[in-house]
Amino acid sequence: MMGKGRAQAMGSRRAELPSRVDIAIIGGGIMGLSTAYHLSRISSLKVAVLERSYLVSGASGRNGGGLRMQWGDEGNVALMMESIEMCRGLAQELGINLWFRQGGYLFLARTEAGESRLTRNAELHHRLGAPTRLLSGAEALEIVPQLDVSDVRLAAFNPEDGVVFPWPFVWGYAGQAVSRGVTVRTHTAVDRIEGLADGLRLHLSTGERLDADRVLNATGAWSIELNRSLGIELPNHPHRHEIMSSEPLKPFLDPLVVDLATGLYFSQSTRGEIVAGITMPDEGPPATEVDLASSRRFLAHLGRALTTIMPLTAQLRVLRQWSGPYDVSPDGDAIVGPSPGLPRLYQVCGFTGHGFMMAPAVGKLLARLLAKGERHPMLERWDPARFSRGGSTRREDMIIG
Amino acid sequence: MPRRSFVCRCEDVTLLELDHAIELGLSEVEELKRYTGLGTGPCQGKECMSVLVSHLVRRGLVDPTTVQPFTARPPTEPVTLGALAAGLPAEPES
Ligand SMILES: Cc1cc2nc3c(=O)[nH]c(=O)nc-3n(C[C@H](O)[C@H](O)[C@H](O)COP(=O)(O)OP(=O)(O)OC[C@H]3O[C@@H](n4cnc5c(N)ncnc54)[C@H](O)[C@@H]3O)c2cc1C
Repeated sequence: MMGKGRAQAMGSRRAELPSRVDIAIIGGGIMGLSTAYHLSRISSLKVAVLERSYLVSGASGRNGGGLRMQWGDEGNVALMMESIEMCRGLAQELGINLWFRQGGYLFLARTEAGESRLTRNAELHHRLGAPTRLLSGAEALEIVPQLDVSDVRLAAFNPEDGVVFPWPFVWGYAGQAVSRGVTVRTHTAVDRIEGLADGLRLHLSTGERLDADRVLNATGAWSIELNRSLGIELPNHPHRHEIMSSEPLKPFLDPLVVDLATGLYFSQSTRGEIVAGITMPDEGPPATEVDLASSRRFLAHLGRALTTIMPLTAQLRVLRQWSGPYDVSPDGDAIVGPSPGLPRLYQVCGFTGHGFMMAPAVGKLLARLLAKGERHPMLERWDPARFSRGGSTRREDMIIG
Repeated sequence: MPRRSFVCRCEDVTLLELDHAIELGLSEVEELKRYTGLGTGPCQGKECMSVLVSHLVRRGLVDPTTVQPFTARPPTEPVTLGALAAGLPAEPES
């Protein structure tokens, strides 16, 4: 499935750890590995990645693989234009088949509020050079003839949005990082972090210790565990998000389709499966721990929404369902940069349901921050200290799922 | 041995590809599934799981007394979305 990539060692439980590194990255998801890869490209810093389980075990191995420029906020649109541009050459750069397919994202608005969101976004996208077009329901049918568009008021389509297969993406970054000298140690958790005069000491589940000048908390929805143990209070929290995959079908569905009214999204992977998720109603109070259970209630909700918008899916068979953790940030913006009160510990968390698509650009900008002190414009609003300063503002209204 | 032996017939994963993944340092059932795609097709691993595990045991990579299959995902058998949608009690759409 991964094609004939160049043979590289992936991370392993047997990888030998140095006793001290410049940067220790906790978490072997897409954020940690993309950052490690970019650090190895632009610096000679000594870097180690520590992963508690195997490399695609977190959200990065459980997501829908959707990538889009169609956001409601200028900064996010610009960032995603950069990320998608990077994806074009990435398969070659990483030497692995990413199954990247630009079939576009088709947003459907069935309410007046949805309609005005799409109209406003399209103006923004136009100004920034993203090729989003507004379509009538009838025009949307030309792109996806199987839709029921009877109550669609407006649609928006961007042909450069697309999907990837998440697993090889993670392996690709890991393989390249390892071949460039990064140590990637799996099946090893960071249990405790201790402050030293000249750095931080990581106590590992294997009984080993690793000292580092600086440490990156790239543990996604698990980040609050480590942060709390250090007295760092950040307001992100884990949220279980379910998803499913169908039997494989011949290619017929080009774009990823989003129904704004229900939060339903579905796409066809390059492997032929329909991959779909939805916003679940009445989910109760915010969770404090990661929960990876699957429910029948989810399949029923999803089934109702999907068979309504695309009736022929009533015959489609579900092969498997699973869930993964969203790492929800209360203002919809990620949490990236030095921690309040502990500047040697950097955060890269709070990416909610869109961290995968942002990871190419985020790994690069974070590597530049760590290696060269360069500050990408997004770092201002992503500052972990904004919450305690009272400077958090919600700018984005296109968060799905 | 024939030139190409298939470990997973749904996803066309060959023994050679499996060994390649092992050479890269992977050894666990869950990670091998996610590197090769083995077990992610229509049979959901019902056919290939035992082949995978006996291969890992033969190569001395896992302990036969403790090795676990990868997490089984619902539904047990493929179910249509139409049937699943009908299982939802009627409630007003929000
Ligand atoms: C069902 C679902 C669908 C999604 N769909 C999309 C989508 O279509 N597009 C998109 O862009 N995003 C999507 N997302 C979001 C995306 O998956 C995440 O934002 C992204 O993968 C986060 O990456 P990460 O590296 O921060 O976290 P993770 O991938 O969760 O990695 C964190 C890692 O840290 C490890 N870890 C935790 N604690 C420790 C410790 N103490 N020591 C060592 N290691 C530790 C964990 O084992 C884990 O591997 C989706 C998410 C889900 C759940």
